[in-house]
Amino acid sequence: MAVDQTIDRCRELIAEPLGVIAERWKESHPGGRVAACFPVWSPAELIHAGGMLPLGLLGGGATVELTHADARFQSFVCSISKSTLELGFQGLLKGVDGLVFSNICDVARNLSSIYKRNFPHFHVDYLHLPQNSTSAGVADYTAEELRRVARGFESAFGVKITEDSIGKSVELYNAIRARLRALYAFRIAEPQKLSTVELYLILRALTQADPEESLIRLDELLAELPGREGRPKDRIRVVIEGAFCEQPPLGLLEVLEEAGCYVVEDDLLLGWRWFTSDVPVNADPFRALGQSYVDRAVPSSTRHEGREHRSKGLIEKVRRSRADAVIFTPPKFCEPALFDYVPMKQGLEREAIPHLLVEFEEKMWTFERTRNEVETFVESMLFD
Amino acid sequence: MPAEVKERQYQGKVHQLSRELMNAWTSQLARANETGEPTGAIMISGNCVEILRAFDIHPIFPEVTALQNAIRHQSLPLILKAEQAGYSSDNCAYVKADIGLFLSGGMGPGTKMPYPTITLCNYVGCNVYVKWFEHLAEATGSQLFMLDIPFLRTPEPTAADIRYVVKQFEELIRILERISGKKFDIDKLREILGYAARAEEGYARSKELCKRSPAPFDCYFDAINMMGPINVLRGTREAADFFDEAVKEFEGMVAEGAGPLSEERFRMVVEGPPPYPYYRSFRNLFTRWGAVAVASTYSTVGGIWEFGFRHDPTRPLESIAEQMLTENLTNRSIVTRYGQIRRYVEEWRADALVIHSIKSCRLFSAGQGDMREYFTKELGVPTLLVESDLEDPRYYAEAQLRNRIDAFFEALEHKKLVAA
Repeated sequence: MAVDQTIDRCRELIAEPLGVIAERWKESHPGGRVAACFPVWSPAELIHAGGMLPLGLLGGGATVELTHADARFQSFVCSISKSTLELGFQGLLKGVDGLVFSNICDVARNLSSIYKRNFPHFHVDYLHLPQNSTSAGVADYTAEELRRVARGFESAFGVKITEDSIGKSVELYNAIRARLRALYAFRIAEPQKLSTVELYLILRALTQADPEESLIRLDELLAELPGREGRPKDRIRVVIEGAFCEQPPLGLLEVLEEAGCYVVEDDLLLGWRWFTSDVPVNADPFRALGQSYVDRAVPSSTRHEGREHRSKGLIEKVRRSRADAVIFTPPKFCEPALFDYVPMKQGLEREAIPHLLVEFEEKMWTFERTRNEVETFVESMLFD
Repeated sequence: MPAEVKERQYQGKVHQLSRELMNAWTSQLARANETGEPTGAIMISGNCVEILRAFDIHPIFPEVTALQNAIRHQSLPLILKAEQAGYSSDNCAYVKADIGLFLSGGMGPGTKMPYPTITLCNYVGCNVYVKWFEHLAEATGSQLFMLDIPFLRTPEPTAADIRYVVKQFEELIRILERISGKKFDIDKLREILGYAARAEEGYARSKELCKRSPAPFDCYFDAINMMGPINVLRGTREAADFFDEAVKEFEGMVAEGAGPLSEERFRMVVEGPPPYPYYRSFRNLFTRWGAVAVASTYSTVGGIWEFGFRHDPTRPLESIAEQMLTENLTNRSIVTRYGQIRRYVEEWRADALVIHSIKSCRLFSAGQGDMREYFTKELGVPTLLVESDLEDPRYYAEAQLRNRIDAFFEALEHKKLVAA
């Protein structure tokens, strides 16, 4: 399939309600179960190892009108939490059987139990991911926590999650993540051939598709992208940081590029490409996965990094991608992103790396103000 | 509106004792700043202050500093200072007030508030704690220990949860030995836990007395007098003695049929932290209706003692782990909190639930609309939800709050009259 066709297919796929995707998959997998994971990292391998389809639970974007969730969550709560709850009220998750949340923030935590109360037909699990990455007890704990989640799926759905099946799923997701790393490396090298909107569509589509099928498409893309036409433009190279949970509107990503940026690194859908290298496949895959969560993890605002300064990972990203600047894109009301903005910005200033702050909401639909801000920022750098 | 209800200002002794104890604690901190004695910053929720105490490390509670600044109407300049440094108007204002204090030169050498020697983040549900203590440790240059307490996501903590927490305690203890220059003495910790259990018993007994009508104190607005001793000073003989005195006083009041107001017309349960910048004004909005809080969730952030849990000196570390994992409000889900409130409504015979929803603390507030749905529609409990903030005075709209509170109690009064 040609690159443009694949990307068009991704665009169509992500416009579909999650429930429709789940139901369609079940038609070809009779008796199959589907579990969706709220950002950031979730155990897709465990779900897949039980013969289930793992999906991303990523909110309703601008397409879902809030009619119930607004009464449950206050005005100062982020949009993704409200629209995710709304998906349940409007029956848009029909066909999805299980939901996984984790301890990324206080709102996600409350959302998890509110989902369970309002929609008892879902199997809802809450994963406590470790925040003490240096304790000698962390690997054992994380392995046990993943075992607990697996047992939960087994008892809710009658599936079997064996060490052997997890090993195979880890291999599959290792392969997918390796392709994603290659795509990111390709964009760093030739950003004119793969826009950020396109890369985002590819990423997002794989959170809503059969992983075996995704792997085939990723291989095709990697084979065809180098031959794609694309003339370099006079743009600055930027890293975008902060949109690791709530999904930015496509219009926002488009505006960033139209205003004169090549986005060469980002933290979009970070949880689906969490590991910096392959998760080892060994005798205890629970432990391998858990240990990898701690020591093969990309820097994230939702995980305590030990005594590493918050800006360290970001500065490394800037250097690695040869970026000129950082555009912070925290969603409105997102405490992890908004808190990290301060030490990250301070770290960038110490390194004389320019930066700009652009808040967004998933339901945002006018971008002219953002365009003006980014254009001014870009001009200030191009003509400096 | 019926005849005016007055506050009796009964709380003299408990209030006074609490004040003396808390002043003594802040004086200790000021002295530690001068003498260089070790200090440890720690959070209120489900804390393990007993472990610090076992090494004679003075505990600092940045939340207490923040709320004290709010009560004294000093929080806004600190918040603005932090916002100038880049913190968002949507970030927790407790954190901003604390960082603002640092940026204003209000802590560290030459001030009354020392920099912590260790910043011990008891991550007990609240994710903001992680950020707060990362920033505080970075600013003050103190050592950070991230004590990761798995959230209560199963009816009981798993064996792996307990092993992980105890392992971290052992690692923490090694660090505290180095910082304090003292060997860990398990018998000293047992003694501290004995005092803790005595204070917990007194606090629980005081709350139990609020089942009586009239309740001898307001378990939201007056509970703050006990929250200092139970959360900050727990594990000291002084805190244990304080609660003995408090119980004596409250039992005396029950015997006399005395309460905090001249008349107890409504018994309410209050959910959520108070608006510290307008503590008195907010209280008055309820006092004029004769509404007394007979139970509150905020008074259980540090620990839930009224349902029977006590620290156990015979199992010191395990018992501290259990308290942090299960026996405090913040490490439990919001829906589990519904159960806690339901018990209050039923066992403390409340007429209504008042939810004070604050912007700063999403752990408390995110989803309180669902809580209102549950209590009004499923249980038929009259429920009022009002919004402001615990630290940032900009979110307190007195006229709007008054309108809503008046309308709620008018309706409640009408309901009572009709029922009679």
